Amino acid sequence: MIPELGQLSLALAFCLCGFVAFFGLAGAAWRRQRWLDALGSMVTGQFVFILLAYAALSQAFLADDFSVAYVANNSNSLLPWYYKMSAVWGAHEGSFLLWTLIMAGWTLAVALRGEHLPAAFAGRVLGVMGLLNMGFLAFLLWTSNPFERLVPMTPGEGADLNPLLQDFGLIVHPPMLYMGYVGFSVAFAFAIAALLTGRLDTAWARWSRPWSNVAWAFLTLGIALGSWWAYYELGWGGWWFWDPVENASFMPWLAGTALVHSLAVTEKRGTFKSWTLLLAITTFSLSLLGAFIVRSGVLTSVHAFAVDPTRGLFILGFLVLTVGGSLALYAARATVIRSPARYTLWSRETALLVNNILLVISMALVLLGTLYPLAYEAFTGGDKISVGVPYFNAGFVPLMLALALALGIAPVLQWKRTSPTRLWRDLRWPLAISVAAGLVLPLLISGALAWQVVAALTFGVWVLVSHLWDLLFRARRGLGRVTLGYWGMLAAHLGFAVALFGISLTSVLSVEKDQRMSPGDRDTLGEMGVLFEGVGNRSGPNFVAQRGTFRIEDGNEVVFLYPEKRRYLARESVMTEAAIDAGLFRDIYISLGEPLENGAWAVRLQLKPFVRWIWLGGLLMAFGGVLAVSDARYRRLRRSVPVGTTVADAA
Amino acid sequence: MNPKRRNRLLIVLFLVAGSAATLALVLVALNDNLNLFYPPDQVVGGEAPVNTPMRAGGMVLDGSVARADDGLGVTFILTDYQGSAFTVAYSGILPDLFREGQGILVQGKLGADGVFQAREVLAKHDETYMPPELVDIARGGGP
Amino acid sequence: MSRTSLFVPLGVFLLIVGVGYAGFKLNDPHELPSALLGKPFPEFAAPLLADSGTVVDRTALLGEPVLVNVWATWCPTCKAEHEQLLRIRESAGLRMVGVNYKDDPAKARSWLRQLGDPYEFVVQDADGSLGVELGVYGAPESFLLDARGTIVYKRVGDINPRIWRDELAPALARLNGVAAGGKNE
Repeated sequence: MIPELGQLSLALAFCLCGFVAFFGLAGAAWRRQRWLDALGSMVTGQFVFILLAYAALSQAFLADDFSVAYVANNSNSLLPWYYKMSAVWGAHEGSFLLWTLIMAGWTLAVALRGEHLPAAFAGRVLGVMGLLNMGFLAFLLWTSNPFERLVPMTPGEGADLNPLLQDFGLIVHPPMLYMGYVGFSVAFAFAIAALLTGRLDTAWARWSRPWSNVAWAFLTLGIALGSWWAYYELGWGGWWFWDPVENASFMPWLAGTALVHSLAVTEKRGTFKSWTLLLAITTFSLSLLGAFIVRSGVLTSVHAFAVDPTRGLFILGFLVLTVGGSLALYAARATVIRSPARYTLWSRETALLVNNILLVISMALVLLGTLYPLAYEAFTGGDKISVGVPYFNAGFVPLMLALALALGIAPVLQWKRTSPTRLWRDLRWPLAISVAAGLVLPLLISGALAWQVVAALTFGVWVLVSHLWDLLFRARRGLGRVTLGYWGMLAAHLGFAVALFGISLTSVLSVEKDQRMSPGDRDTLGEMGVLFEGVGNRSGPNFVAQRGTFRIEDGNEVVFLYPEKRRYLARESVMTEAAIDAGLFRDIYISLGEPLENGAWAVRLQLKPFVRWIWLGGLLMAFGGVLAVSDARYRRLRRSVPVGTTVADAA
Repeated sequence: MNPKRRNRLLIVLFLVAGSAATLALVLVALNDNLNLFYPPDQVVGGEAPVNTPMRAGGMVLDGSVARADDGLGVTFILTDYQGSAFTVAYSGILPDLFREGQGILVQGKLGADGVFQAREVLAKHDETYMPPELVDIARGGGP
Repeated sequence: MSRTSLFVPLGVFLLIVGVGYAGFKLNDPHELPSALLGKPFPEFAAPLLADSGTVVDRTALLGEPVLVNVWATWCPTCKAEHEQLLRIRESAGLRMVGVNYKDDPAKARSWLRQLGDPYEFVVQDADGSLGVELGVYGAPESFLLDARGTIVYKRVGDINPRIWRDELAPALARLNGVAAGGKNE
């Protein structure tokens, strides 16, 4: 009964979304104030109904209702309750339900916090978001209903959640990612509303900026979490694979990063307008493409869960309508929006333009590498091809170093123009320090000069020092005058430098040994001694495991690590559970391969210096994004309704 | 030319040169890193080039997995159950889902002796997923 | 920015969609011509899996509606499907016959012992010749025959709850309806 109520709630929410879309867009076009006034309650309604549906599905999981197909396929009575809760989004149908819930949540947030927006503008924004969520709900209702029953073929026991997903990282990773993906729909809706009205000014940028920042911060967190999860859960110590599913989340991130910066220029200088609109559309389109890639099975990869052509076709149709429609609107209407371009070569505008271009090129690089195998297959009539990891690295390393170079100059640059002499005066010390650090630090860390490390450290320190230099300069005039927006920027940029350190040092300095080890065997890892003591048995709630014991001797310190080989009972699947001794400067990472004869095991021993810095950098970036939103000027804007905001309909 | 114009020209030139250089580099990198996929009949039939990075795949033949007595060397045979089979040599840890009778992808180079020297062995990731390259083989030779 | 350059993003997008659609069509194995639909199940003679000495032919399939399921132990989807078949056998009582396709009989027998056996009998098709007759594209595939041995429904891919509910069960109901109607006359 409860699952049927859940489905009914979804249907009601679908209707409410239709109302929101109609009354929002039509109310704005025909100036019906009462229609616009009613939007708030309809938006609340759709959120409540989707929440009810979500609660109904969660209940089905907690109650082990295996008559619901989705529960039967993704749960098991032995599954701990917290994994039952997170199994709700463990596979296709439920994760899309979560997606619509988040979409409804963002719409509600816009409705609640948008009282300072002109009513007609808010109506258009909410209308566009309602239209989008209508599409998502239609997808859910007609192609991937999570409440589908298995009557009369109700199984007695569920097939269990994929063991890879029985983990904390995967509990929080999808919601964060979806918060980011879907959050960019706000920026998208703002862009469409601006195109519809033909009005785009500084106030518009100021309204949409906090939303983009928050969405970007969530996406950053989501990607960092995903990478961390892959690192410890897949069992072999890799943290990024350039896998299509990862690329699917990375492309909107790159475009979103460009958007966040371009919005800054639009807000402060009233320029880059049409570029900002295009980025807003692109970022959300790439988020949708992410859903398409992951869900349709067109590009199957190591984490693709679902392969279903009907769904793919629906998403493709939805993509064509949404993205094609918005890009057509852009092509038709963007000329109405004019940007005054008054800046010189040495100006902050140029630096941000360079930032945007580098990010968009990086995005295009990933897009090409991800879609190329598909195009190849389509045009050769079925020949399969794969794009190797070196392609991505070869493109990415120089682009990111160039980005770091520009980033180091950015804080010193002023809007409009900066004299080159002043640039030299402000940057010569940071330049000297970073070159020196780039040569000295690698020797201190690894005792050698690998050129990749030298380059990465030079550029990283360059970003670090030039920003701190600027902060010092500002601090002399009083720290009280430094705004939260500035602190946010500082945190995000330092996060970039920290991630750059982590990525380069881990990539170049990691030690990895695949060894045959028998109990009692000794080996070395860097300067540490490793003793393999043996393997014992252990059983968990829904698995049995063989557990190895390793004694690590680091000088006088002794650490024991217990990697496992688990066999999950319901699916008979084997999983490698690595043991990690985590540290700020290095991780020791041990995984059990396979048993060989005479009690020997294939073992992988890894030393990963500075690997934590990758995710630390991600956290710092996300924190910076949120910090910038807390800036006083966005709070002021909530209190005072901007003047001169009557809607001038050009349409 | 007035200074404003010259400035814009500089910016445009800078952008065009930068983008062109990047594009060229990207295309070269892409070209160098494409790995074609070859099913067993093409590996055996000599269609797959020797000593070129590529991917191959097939089902692990029952009873063909042989570990070296020491170290982590291993050899196994990949087959399409249609009469074509080739030997793969690899050194290292095999993935969790590597089992006899399962679909496997290998990345590496084909030696002149017909033995595939694998740098990487990829197994399907869960029970219902099969690498797209292998679907055709499992379906009996492809369309 | 000039007017035409504003159309560039749209053009790029449409290009990507075109390629995506082409690749998508190519990857879709479900749209195959079903030349056999409405035709009688082909003549064959094949040994039983349980007993290689006994050879059965087409007449063994006649008498009441039957689901002929092509499967193999090397096919991962078949394993997922197997569970569904057991359930259908139990709840709907549909008669099932297996075709063990390009497989090792010993492995196939132990698979049935381990996972359960929904089939009335299974025939061996080790060299895939029956598969060729049936136009089998891969495993799993299933054919629903009426009592006279005519193919009334074909499924390329696994039988999952959705397919059972939306396609197979209705097809079966139509068959039984016709059969019942026939008796009443």
